[in-house]
Amino acid sequence: MADTFTPVAPRPAPAAAAGMSMWLRRNLFGDWRSSLTTVLLLALGVYLLPGVLQWSLFQAVFGAHADACQAARGSGACWGVITEKWRIIIFGRYPFEEQWRPEVATLVMVAGLVVSCIRWFWRPWLALLWVGVLAVFFALMLGGVLGLSPVRTDLWGGLPLTVMLATLSIFLAFPLAVLVALGRRSNLPAIRTVCIVYIELIRGVPLISVLFMASFMFPLFMPQGTTIDVLVRVLVGITLFAAAYMAEIVRGGLQAIPKGQLEAADTLGLSYWQTQRKIVLPQALAMVVPSMMNNFISIFKDTSLVTIVSLYELTGALGLALNSDVNWRPFKIEAYLFITAIYFAFCFAMSRYSLWVEKQLSVSRTR
Amino acid sequence: MTQESIIHFEKVNKWYGNAFHVLRDIDLDVRPGERIVICGPSGSGKSTLIRCVNALEEYQEGRVTVNGILLGDDVKAVEQVRRQVGMVFQQFNLFPHLTVLENLTLAPMWVGKMPKKEAEERAMQQLQRVQIAEQAQKYPLQLSGGQQQRVAIARALCLTPKIMLFDEPTSALDPEMINEVLDVMIELAGQGMTMLCVTHEMGFARQVADRVIFMDQGQIVEENTAHEFFANPRNERTKDFLSKILNH
Repeated sequence: MADTFTPVAPRPAPAAAAGMSMWLRRNLFGDWRSSLTTVLLLALGVYLLPGVLQWSLFQAVFGAHADACQAARGSGACWGVITEKWRIIIFGRYPFEEQWRPEVATLVMVAGLVVSCIRWFWRPWLALLWVGVLAVFFALMLGGVLGLSPVRTDLWGGLPLTVMLATLSIFLAFPLAVLVALGRRSNLPAIRTVCIVYIELIRGVPLISVLFMASFMFPLFMPQGTTIDVLVRVLVGITLFAAAYMAEIVRGGLQAIPKGQLEAADTLGLSYWQTQRKIVLPQALAMVVPSMMNNFISIFKDTSLVTIVSLYELTGALGLALNSDVNWRPFKIEAYLFITAIYFAFCFAMSRYSLWVEKQLSVSRTR
Repeated sequence: MTQESIIHFEKVNKWYGNAFHVLRDIDLDVRPGERIVICGPSGSGKSTLIRCVNALEEYQEGRVTVNGILLGDDVKAVEQVRRQVGMVFQQFNLFPHLTVLENLTLAPMWVGKMPKKEAEERAMQQLQRVQIAEQAQKYPLQLSGGQQQRVAIARALCLTPKIMLFDEPTSALDPEMINEVLDVMIELAGQGMTMLCVTHEMGFARQVADRVIFMDQGQIVEENTAHEFFANPRNERTKDFLSKILNH
């Protein structure tokens, strides 16, 4: 007589022990080492907290009173420096009465960035939207149209400059990086060589040298009488620099694509560009989201280096605001904490967004 | 070259690098509608042989002609041949970032310039043919191995090929899923498709193959009708191989 196979009916998993005390025991007081660490860290926190609170809140001066700040020096923070100087820190040397223009321009660009991050807006007309965003940004910043007074680019500064440099260099560097990465794997020796030389050359020098070249040496090679705005030159410098690093990140993704994918595409008769666009890049770029976002964050912060070629973005504008003012110069720490918070807000947002993108891509591909 | 052959190999030689002589003096003629099974030990050059038919591999000496088109350095010839030859791989090679339906419509839409609606209709027909239409909206990695391989067959069929190449289509499958793939291939053979299959499924070879080819060390050792091949292998090497794969 044959046995029949009767599967055991599935049961739910045993309920996990929940509750606060369980969590504490598991995570903070698991064994004596973990308990000791918890206690030590707690003690350190309790020891430091009063001092931090004293300095940053109870003894701090919030109004823009230079004398009060001087009196509190050493015991309390002088947040008054921000109250007094925030407009120079945020907008640099941009003419004071016109500062609503960089304000609106930055808000428009940040809004454009936020919108571009939302899946629903990933439509062809997003490109058109960006043409609009950039037109509004530059019209407001440059002036000379619609009755706005012209403002020279060397007066631009602060957050608008930081956001604009980071956004544009990332947008321009990304497609360039993809092309260079593909070129580095090309079958044509000439293209391959050009791409390798470019990447190795750029990676071999620090960004500061690239910026110096763009700012001071490049004009020497230009024919007499022609000038390119320093802002454009610096933007090109950052873009070329960023693209070399991104190209290597993209190449990492390209190498991870199994050969079978290319063979299948060949067999179906797809052309080289169709294969790259439809098969290779969607998979390769999805794989490199974390390191790519890492690089974007890096670029955002690297824009602070343009100070050395006399463009006063956020960090540069801070120096501009305080260095020439004897009354407020001692309170740089407070001012730096202020721009730290601004940098952190942008970078943290990028980092969280990167996690979301990773999640989106993984749910669509696996079970 | 016989007039009616659709695939013609003439003294084809291929080397990997300088030393590894992977195909040696291959002569082969395949008639339209013929079903050929190629077997042999690993490294014998059987995959390389069928990959020469759609120019996934280049060869250094001899001539390969497919449907009257000589495969050489001419890029246009390669394009023309690939339009007529479908291929199924051991590892399926489906595109994991596209749904099953998108996998099937990709080439008809981008290579064949077919409107999306028509491409989708044709894709659904082919999915029904391999009995997997209900999975159209899923992603490949959500399917079992057997289902994925049937999708891969349907994808190749969407381009209405004259010739189908199968490179060990069941070797990566769980034993229980082999038959569902073989059934699809048997159905295809019944429709008069020209088929070249590299496989060790000898039951399949007996059932559908017009001719069985045994390869070893880059050469065709023996070829015969399926019945004769299994009943009266002539070459000692063939007998040895068959005794190893059949007797257990």
